[in-house]
Amino acid sequence: MKLFRMLGRSIRDAFKSVIRNFSLSLASISCITITLIIVAIAVIASFNVQNFTTEIEKDLTIVIFLDGETTEEEAKQVEKTIKKISNVSEYTFQTKQEVKEKMQEESEVFKTVLDNFEGEDSPLKDTFQVKVKDVEKIKQTAEKIEKIDHVSVVRYGEGMVDKLVSAFTSIEKVTYGIVFALILVTIFLIVNTIKLTISARRKEIGIMRLVGASNFTIKTPFIIEGMVLGLFGSIIPIILSTYGYIAFYNHFDGYLYSELIQLIVPEPFIYQVSLIVLGTGIIVGMIGSSGAVRKYLKV
Amino acid sequence: MDFIRLINVEKRYKNGVTAIYDLNLAIEKGSFVFIVGGSGSGKSTLIKMLYREEKPTKGQVIVGGLDVAKLKNKKVYRLRRKLGIVFQDYKLLPKLTVYENVAFALECLGEKKSIIRQKVLKSLEDVGLKNKVHSYPDQLSGGEQQRVAIARAIVNDPKLLLCDEPTGNLDPAKSMEIMQVLEEINKNRGTTIIMATHDKEIVNKMKKQVITLKEGHLVTNKKKGKYEDEAI
Repeated sequence: MKLFRMLGRSIRDAFKSVIRNFSLSLASISCITITLIIVAIAVIASFNVQNFTTEIEKDLTIVIFLDGETTEEEAKQVEKTIKKISNVSEYTFQTKQEVKEKMQEESEVFKTVLDNFEGEDSPLKDTFQVKVKDVEKIKQTAEKIEKIDHVSVVRYGEGMVDKLVSAFTSIEKVTYGIVFALILVTIFLIVNTIKLTISARRKEIGIMRLVGASNFTIKTPFIIEGMVLGLFGSIIPIILSTYGYIAFYNHFDGYLYSELIQLIVPEPFIYQVSLIVLGTGIIVGMIGSSGAVRKYLKV
Repeated sequence: MDFIRLINVEKRYKNGVTAIYDLNLAIEKGSFVFIVGGSGSGKSTLIKMLYREEKPTKGQVIVGGLDVAKLKNKKVYRLRRKLGIVFQDYKLLPKLTVYENVAFALECLGEKKSIIRQKVLKSLEDVGLKNKVHSYPDQLSGGEQQRVAIARAIVNDPKLLLCDEPTGNLDPAKSMEIMQVLEEINKNRGTTIIMATHDKEIVNKMKKQVITLKEGHLVTNKKKGKYEDEAI
């Protein structure tokens, strides 16, 4: 009960003081707002990049074609070797005949064309389809497989996928750098706002100390004030990112450029983003104000 | 057992000035004590050490069984809750009414509203300001402001009331009013009162225990003492 009364008082004092030092509070709030808008963009971007890279990675397969004259025995030998490679998670094997049947099923054109080829004449090859555990090492794995006897061609989605992923990760890094710098500036501004509040209430704090208020009682209103600044600062970014992302998603029908890059469905994703933005705002406000309290409030 | 004991206390400030030299002192519970002396005699320093605004450089300061000198900064509030302090410049908050100023002390401790109301009105009655509850400090005379400060100091029923020159800004008539309020508190509530002053007239009229300090040394400590010019 007592704790709640004290907290109630602290929250009341915090709001009062935000209004009393309105101009400086506004400066801090705007700075938090700008920071959080960029945080929101960064979060949305990085979640989406992560989402579609994992989607792509799931589909990423190494396809291995064996020499035309490979016998069944030799194919088994190849299979054993592939099994031993540590990065291989699973694989399937299809003989020439199976490949042919599958292709014929898929298309009428193939059906008639392939009917002309039987047994040894078939231009098709025995194939393995290998999935890997670690996509980053797919290149090394592919190279290893290429060295196995009777393997003629190895293919995986090299090129485009690699470039896309590396482009997005570098964008991500730059955004995080900007966010970090902005958070530092914001914290600095909040420290100064709280410092002003502390000096405005110096006399009150002195009397509080004389009548036996604990350090906790004296400090809490200032820390809550910082959190309130963070709370106010996160309102606009939350609205912007929520409606902005929904509009963006609808405008592109959920895809970016090609069906390969799928956007995350807005619900419940935007709620998670809002929560992250709100949390970041409040935590940044809290860090700033506790810094000021530690520096300027010697209790 | 004495309520307050000072054992071999020495206080040297960082600028090299020594305010108190090897002071030994005992004050009984429920007593009314004047600490007298000229400027720079160390009486304010002595009061400050009692509420742990200053730490002694040497020795022990024991208040109600608590060694104040060893008290950590974080725990000072535990001592402050057991005592009330009155200053020469009142230290009231100008934007709060008389009632709110007194209530402020209890709000800081997280008291319930109903209890705050009861205690505040009781202590304002004790200092004779029940009819000025809704006034602001700047609407009151100096004597009335000091009585508000006393009400705030006693609102939490402290065992000890420290007064640092409480009549320093008041004329003799108002000063006597304040002294009557303090004497009643001492009598009715059994509060130990320690008051630093250099007001000769008050000390001689009240006939209480007088501790005389001179340049940081204890000169006299007499029950029913007087303000002795030659000692100062």
